[in-house]
Amino acid sequence: MAEAHPVGFQYVVEAKNRGAKIIHVDPRFTRTSALAHTHVPVRAGADIAFLGGVVNHILSNEKDFREYVVAYTNASMIVSEEFRDTEDLDGLFSGFDPSTASYDQASWMYAGAEDEAKQPASTETAEPMRHESHGPPVPAGVPRDLTLRHPRCVYQILRRHYARYTPEVVERVCGVPRDQFLEVCEAWTANSGRERTTALVYSVGWTQHSVGVQYIRTGAIIQLLLGNMGRPGGGVMALRGHASIQGSTDIPTLFNLLPGYLPMPHHRQHETFRQWVDAIRHPEQKGFWANAEAYAVSLLKAYWGDAATADNDWGFGWLPRLTGDHGTYQQVLDMIDGKVKGYFLLGQNPAVGSAHGKAQRLGMANLDWLVVRDLFMIESATFWKDGPEVESGEIVPSQCRTEVFFLPAASHAEKEGTFTQTQRMLQWREKALDPPGDCRSELWFFQHLGRRIRAKLAGSRLARDQGILQLTWDYPDDDGEVILKEINGYDLSTGQLLPGFAGLRADGSTSCGCWIYSGVFKDGVNQAARRKPGREQDWVAREWGWAWPMDRRTLYNRASADPDGRPWSERKKYVWWDPGAGEWTGYDVPDFEKTKPPSYRPPDGASGVAAISGDDPFIMQGDGKGWLYAPSGLIDGPLPTHYEPAESTVRNPLYGQQANPARKVYERPDNPVNPISRVYPFVFTTSRLTEHHTAGGMSRQLAYLSELQPEMFVEVSPQLAGERGLEHLGWAHIVTARAAIEARVMVTSRLRPLRIEGQLVHQIWMPYHWGNQGLVTGDSANDLLGITLDPNVLIQESKVGTCDIQPGRRPTGPALLEYVAAYRRRAEEHGR
Amino acid sequence: MGADSLFGPLDPAPDAGWTAAPPRMGFFTDTSVCIGCKACEVACKEWNAVPDDGFNLLGTSYDNTGGLSANSWRHVAFIEQDVLTQTGRPDINWLMMSNVCKHCTHAGCLDVCPTGALFRTEFGTVVVQEDVCNGCGYCIPACPYGVIDQREDDGRAWKCTMCYDRMGDGMTPACAQACPTQSIQYGELDELRTRADARVAALHADGDSRARLYGHDPQDGVGGDGAFFLLLDEPEVYGLPPDPVVATRDLPAMWRRAGVAGLAMAAAVVVSFLGGRA
Repeated sequence: MAEAHPVGFQYVVEAKNRGAKIIHVDPRFTRTSALAHTHVPVRAGADIAFLGGVVNHILSNEKDFREYVVAYTNASMIVSEEFRDTEDLDGLFSGFDPSTASYDQASWMYAGAEDEAKQPASTETAEPMRHESHGPPVPAGVPRDLTLRHPRCVYQILRRHYARYTPEVVERVCGVPRDQFLEVCEAWTANSGRERTTALVYSVGWTQHSVGVQYIRTGAIIQLLLGNMGRPGGGVMALRGHASIQGSTDIPTLFNLLPGYLPMPHHRQHETFRQWVDAIRHPEQKGFWANAEAYAVSLLKAYWGDAATADNDWGFGWLPRLTGDHGTYQQVLDMIDGKVKGYFLLGQNPAVGSAHGKAQRLGMANLDWLVVRDLFMIESATFWKDGPEVESGEIVPSQCRTEVFFLPAASHAEKEGTFTQTQRMLQWREKALDPPGDCRSELWFFQHLGRRIRAKLAGSRLARDQGILQLTWDYPDDDGEVILKEINGYDLSTGQLLPGFAGLRADGSTSCGCWIYSGVFKDGVNQAARRKPGREQDWVAREWGWAWPMDRRTLYNRASADPDGRPWSERKKYVWWDPGAGEWTGYDVPDFEKTKPPSYRPPDGASGVAAISGDDPFIMQGDGKGWLYAPSGLIDGPLPTHYEPAESTVRNPLYGQQANPARKVYERPDNPVNPISRVYPFVFTTSRLTEHHTAGGMSRQLAYLSELQPEMFVEVSPQLAGERGLEHLGWAHIVTARAAIEARVMVTSRLRPLRIEGQLVHQIWMPYHWGNQGLVTGDSANDLLGITLDPNVLIQESKVGTCDIQPGRRPTGPALLEYVAAYRRRAEEHGR
Repeated sequence: MGADSLFGPLDPAPDAGWTAAPPRMGFFTDTSVCIGCKACEVACKEWNAVPDDGFNLLGTSYDNTGGLSANSWRHVAFIEQDVLTQTGRPDINWLMMSNVCKHCTHAGCLDVCPTGALFRTEFGTVVVQEDVCNGCGYCIPACPYGVIDQREDDGRAWKCTMCYDRMGDGMTPACAQACPTQSIQYGELDELRTRADARVAALHADGDSRARLYGHDPQDGVGGDGAFFLLLDEPEVYGLPPDPVVATRDLPAMWRRAGVAGLAMAAAVVVSFLGGRA
């Protein structure tokens, strides 16, 4: 955190000064470890084994917050008789079909609801992503055992599933000594409960694994068991990779989502408007998604205005359709195969920043056109004339077919708008100065691009052009507030800005660009621009920025009160029921119907919001409960299980199943995977340096940053340096099945070999900031990676792989290709 | 104030002739909360338009600046120490410290400057006037910390000004403003000294017996620093001199000795003449 989020780390330092104990679990000793009380070195890719051990510690020692767990989680729910666990099936859950590498999830469902399980969730379209703001469908009225003794209740399933994740197993799998592991367990459990809460903060490297979603699920299970959700000082917080990544999922740059987590329609599953809307709202389900039609219609009204009418299903037919996997990695492979003609790159440098750099560059070299908008001439704009493949002969500049257009872009200081951070808080930024020369904001660029495309299409009668021609596209130049108002939404009959999403209607009388952001322009005031200092208000500081939904600073905060609506403790008082006034009140906006009493129980047959019980805090979930066990919605299992990374140096110590069986793989000659082999004997991981920014486009161009970390380097332990003959500050090269790159050697005790299953495992670390453009240049660590994805969200496994390291520089020119190929051949020949 | 302007405690601004000087301002750099982000180095260069110092991988942990120089007025040192935990497990101490000009009470650089380019500000800090400096370089060996340095291309001497141009407007110096963890604290020196004492006591109470102050003592060889530090090891570990002394401390003694020697010589001459007559 100190490395990649130094500004946010000030709060950790502040907490430490106030007595907090800081534990840092990381493969290597970083600037964060330097400030922590304890650094726990761990093997990269073994996090579920570690966290599963924490779950086991909580359950075997009954350290869970039992009253919270019984009332607010699905611990008491009874699961189908058909369910079989990984403990029964050697690492697989019931329902696995090896021919498709996917699960039939019916047996994971709650008892009696097996038929309602959705069949089977699609790996092609990252379907589970749309559950980011709400749970997948489950029926109401699930059988429960509040004593938690029923052998098929979630609590007992959880106990059995994690029983083998003992401290001894954690030591064997993760390399963490027993006493150090128990120190972490003690600290976490001692700081949770009625009087205390613990926040789990992770950075997005955690998501970059073939089991990334399940990593975070394991963290969520711990936080639910300890009663740390929906309460002040608790939660699971993602520190995003850069500004407004939260914003770019809320109003997505993702292929499978529309604003507010509405799904992009699929050409077969959502042929009609009704099919699409019902797939979101699940007519019989309880919870706030029941109103999804109002959110969907209002979005279409924002897109198409008066042209969207009840008669044309609000223009639903003009929306693009999914036909399969259009994720970024599939697109790159499609480019290589000649299926993609044009590509826009905006503030992204995949030639350096994305996994399998060679695939990225070869893909971009096989387009008709490529538009790069960036602050500087980055590698993704110049790969065709001086990239690594030009040196190796794989790209010949005079024959490269891609026409590259470079358009200079305005920086964040040269345009206005909002950033949305991890707390879902929108903060307005003013424009500090005009962009230089021809640089333009995204807003300006897209508005003018839209104008020009519409002018070219004017008069077209082709059906495919109508969606563009009918768009409302009358924006003033560079006025971010006009856009934010459109996002907030209008009452179309009065032209007034809406106060919140409760005002949205499905009859076409409202428009709203993103329903969860509705209210950000409440009362005609840019709420995101509020900047009342913290010292001038209470500790929740609600007059700073604006958080979705409806300015709630802590989501599901009904859980901060007990089932009867009283605060769990005076110390952790946050939102509570005021019986006198007959309403929920507190420091935050209650995340609950304001006047629904804790004693409310839904009548039989109730659905939607009326079906939410007075003690169901997780109001967006189909059953109102926090999910320890996910009966549906995830592609790779209802419970997190330790699998080895796609590339590992060891066999899975826990199960016969080696890696995530449902992981997304692209088996093609240009995407080879390292087998377990002594040819690739070491584990490597990558991350950032404080001194640089991601793929370097904004830091390697600046002298003041470049001088601070001027060269690509690789960190190795003194033991590995000795074993391989690596000299401090000398050269070394690192080899995988995809590439060999070179770097200067940093020998440091901050990396330490770990003992895994009796075998010494060396870990290597590299920053990934370098490429061949800018003031300081070097090889790109991401070239080493192949493409293997988490099946739920299609995020690449880029934080762990296997490799070899050798002293000296790598071969150059075509010899480099042969060198890497020879490694592949040896790995195949030798096997293990 | 001090009767002896060349050594010992005194308030330097009034001593330099400022009437109604504001309180002496300074830096307290608490290395126990430094995260080595180097924002101080960058902010300093941005504000003061200091050129880059070359792109050199030094291999000294994460320090690629190397030290304070004409082109680096803040410098973050990184020290990796192999240690053992209480249970005997190998562990690391990774010390980080943002170094800076000490703005000494008795500033050797200022004392030897023949042109008046170096002067004592009303805030008690020491600043080079770049339009006066003629590049004679006398100040460089005079600094007991090795801070002030000549820029190769123009020959003039450069160092931290404590952002004199910002201070005048009541603003915080750029490095302290940019520091995310309040490792660099700026304020009235007296108050910073009180704060630093409390911080050391708190760390000692927490069981960190390594904590100690450096440059805070007006009785030390430079009369105390305007920029002082909380360190977690001996000063030498961070590349700081353990017992810096301003050259002028010995000036009176030297003059005295020179005077005595001169008198003795004169006496000897007189004696020799007298003897000759005898």
